[in-house]
Amino acid sequence: MKRLSLSQAFWFLLRRDLLLAFRNRSEMANPLLFFVLVITLFPLAIGAEPNLLARIAPGIIWVAALLASMLSLDGIFRSDFDDGTLEQMLLSAHPVPVLVLAKVTAHWLVTGLPLLLVAPLLAMMLGLDEDAYGILLLTILLGTPVLSLIGSIGVALTVGLRKGGIILSLLVLPLYVPVLIFSSSAIDVAASGLPATAQISMMLAFLFLALSLSPVATAAALKMSMS
Amino acid sequence: MFKWFVKWFHRMGSPPHFYRFAGSWLPWLTVVFTVLTVAGLYGGLVLAPPDYQQGESYRIIFIHVPAAWMSMFIYMVMASCGIIVLVWRMKLAEVVLICSAPIGASFTFLALVTGSLWGKPMWGTYWVWDARLTSELILLFLYLGVIGLYGAIDEKRVAGRAVAILAIVGMINIPIIHYSVEWWNSLHQGATVTKMDKPSIHWTMLVPLLLMALSFKVYFIISLFQRVRAELLHRERNSRWVEELFRS
Repeated sequence: MKRLSLSQAFWFLLRRDLLLAFRNRSEMANPLLFFVLVITLFPLAIGAEPNLLARIAPGIIWVAALLASMLSLDGIFRSDFDDGTLEQMLLSAHPVPVLVLAKVTAHWLVTGLPLLLVAPLLAMMLGLDEDAYGILLLTILLGTPVLSLIGSIGVALTVGLRKGGIILSLLVLPLYVPVLIFSSSAIDVAASGLPATAQISMMLAFLFLALSLSPVATAAALKMSMS
Repeated sequence: MFKWFVKWFHRMGSPPHFYRFAGSWLPWLTVVFTVLTVAGLYGGLVLAPPDYQQGESYRIIFIHVPAAWMSMFIYMVMASCGIIVLVWRMKLAEVVLICSAPIGASFTFLALVTGSLWGKPMWGTYWVWDARLTSELILLFLYLGVIGLYGAIDEKRVAGRAVAILAIVGMINIPIIHYSVEWWNSLHQGATVTKMDKPSIHWTMLVPLLLMALSFKVYFIISLFQRVRAELLHRERNSRWVEELFRS
């Protein structure tokens, strides 16, 4: 049998996870639907006054993105944990953080990236200033991977538990706070016509920090969960 | 000296040794704690003069500030224990980590409550989304996350390692969260409170404050020792030394 190189293993795992996701499309649509639904609730609860909605649109969109990302987190490792694939992954000769990164990337491509498609539509419905659309897309592009990366630590810690859901939100949501703050403030600033460079730089910094550190923590947590 | 320290460190890792050590220190610590608290409270509540701006109500800082310091200090203790757990797999560090969490959460809660009690006469409202209050609130959630995760995992050795990872992740995130919240606060500075410029604190107030800070530290150690002793007895309930302890 031929041994896979590390990059081959990475791409192989990524393709496998994407393939699994495409075979199960309804599950893919769920976070997206949830995202749209939560945002629909806000005008119903607060009232449809255009100025108010435009003012709070960045916050609503990001809170909904946070919740949607959190709800879909469990899928990163759950099925692999149940059927034993995860154990094989940990036993393989390749460094676990890299394999974790492949799985998280696949998860983000399936659940985070589609938010890009609906976010402008929802922003339009909420009456967000048009100048802010570019920044909105940019924050989603930079912010949702951070959510997936941080979330993967929480999932890895709770994957062995029967009722991990509630505890997962308690672990993960406080760690999401910086992303929420900077992304919504970037949109806010852009909507009032100012440059959002500072916020975007901070989000880039978060992304690189999470990319470099969180797979290591996730790998350690997975090893703990499998023991 | 270093060798001696390493030896001491390893001996501390043994549950029966730590159980006896903590037990013999508890009475002395209680004496120190009582002296510090009485002195600190007397100095703070009686001797220190009222503030020229805030009157008497500033006196809550003698509880509030040490509690807030402790809330951060205990998280540091937990993260340090977390590193020890992951590197050396030391049982005692797990126990110290998880026993610190409820104490830390209580101090955080105390800091929040005293802060908002102080805020009512000063700011006219119990709660403002001030940077410090908000990051303290998030710190409380981090503590509750640690406690919740530990409670959710049945196998306690595994739970100890899970909590260790979480504490370290939290430690890296605390400064990020803190500064993000501070930044957020300075952005959303609508019609909020005008922050008082900080005058350098007079020594009549500083001394009781430091005494109270020390007394809170000692209180933490007392409370930690008691919790650790109870947890050790529970974890080691099937071992020889516990049996011998209760037979005599």
